[in-house]
Amino acid sequence: MKIAIVKYNAGNIYSVVNALKRLGVDPVLTDDAEQLRTADRVLFPGQGEARQAMTYLQATGLDRVICDLRQPVLGICIGQQLMCRHSEEGDTDCLGIFPVDVKRFRPQQHEFKVPHMGWNQLEATDGFIRDAVPSGSFVYFVHSFYVPVCEFTAATCDYILPFSAALQKDNFYATQFHPEKSGKVGEQILRRFLEIEQD
Amino acid sequence: MLAKRIIPCLDVKDGQTVKGTHFVNLRQAGDPVELGKAYSEQGADELVFLDITASHEGRKTFADMVTRVAAELTIPFTVGGGISALSDVDRLLNAGADKVSVNSAALRRPELIGEIVSHFGSQVCVCAIDARLEADGRWMCYLNGGRMPTDRTLQDWAYEAQERGAGEILFTSMNHDGAKTGFANDALRQLADRLSIPVIASGGAGSMEHFRDAFVQGHADAALAASVFHFGEIRIPELKAYLSKEHIAVRQ
Repeated sequence: MKIAIVKYNAGNIYSVVNALKRLGVDPVLTDDAEQLRTADRVLFPGQGEARQAMTYLQATGLDRVICDLRQPVLGICIGQQLMCRHSEEGDTDCLGIFPVDVKRFRPQQHEFKVPHMGWNQLEATDGFIRDAVPSGSFVYFVHSFYVPVCEFTAATCDYILPFSAALQKDNFYATQFHPEKSGKVGEQILRRFLEIEQD
Repeated sequence: MLAKRIIPCLDVKDGQTVKGTHFVNLRQAGDPVELGKAYSEQGADELVFLDITASHEGRKTFADMVTRVAAELTIPFTVGGGISALSDVDRLLNAGADKVSVNSAALRRPELIGEIVSHFGSQVCVCAIDARLEADGRWMCYLNGGRMPTDRTLQDWAYEAQERGAGEILFTSMNHDGAKTGFANDALRQLADRLSIPVIASGGAGSMEHFRDAFVQGHADAALAASVFHFGEIRIPELKAYLSKEHIAVRQ
């Protein structure tokens, strides 16, 4: 199986590479359109700032390449947010794969710190998340912006308010949490993504 | 519900952990990779690896260790010890660490925090603070592993670190460290209630009740300990079962 990871200007993709290697696959890190189009699976991870990331993706034409992919694609963290329509981070127009807008957490009580950092539970699991792990499973989050619950939500998480911990639409999958840092639960989710039957 | 985190801290010298005796089934008790995996399987939520090597060669060994840990570990980990420049941070993050903790170097030159944050984001920057409650009732920050006093108060420096972009504060009470009489809960609560970033309690863990108190009285978001875990005095599955019974949200 050929696994490609989108190479762009967002940091910390090493942990995703390591997690895939632990599952026995050797991913290629690339920004080459042909390599991305012909891969069996594409991962779109990263940590970073939405506007800088989108500016880079547009300048390199990767924005169109990602939107036109037909194989299963998994966005992680900022990857999930970039796959949405718009982000409040830097008032940024994003890829628009998921027709929903990314918001900033606005805590009403001091106990709610931002970023949302640490282990929290998946609820209302659906789609590829339900196929991988039970509701109530803990996964690792680090983020200050969130995707509201919408018709494409594949799992929710409750922090300040219920938000989309995962999304699924056609061949596009996404997680706000870091499956590559979420212990055995995360491994099960990544393995499930690799096993998804392609139409 | 967001879980309170339990974080074992491992001291590393020349690529080997210097504590750790109760994992008798490990092939190499001093191997950070094996020890880290053992803690991860027990249910540790995160790990901290502190480089206590002084030499240049040791630093290289530490970076190699980080690469090996990153390849094996499935939970987040922080590395610290002797980080004084952006190049140190770059090397350790490239080796696969999720976060770095800065201590004396940031207190000496606070701009370091902003430099790390602007290059790598807030989430990678943990500001570690060693502080001591002085006779006059003030908590004062110390440099060089607690050897050199400064004129900065804990509250003042922690707040500045947050404003400069640090993602978390790791507060070690020098009064409580090693005493096993509980964490510095009053100071912790003052910090946690004032700051809008997570606070990690460190120094003083001796019993499972101490962890509960750090969360309930100290309002800490996470608690770090070394010897009680390394010497098997507290086992993480039992600690988490206890905390859960005490109505504290933990990952089990």
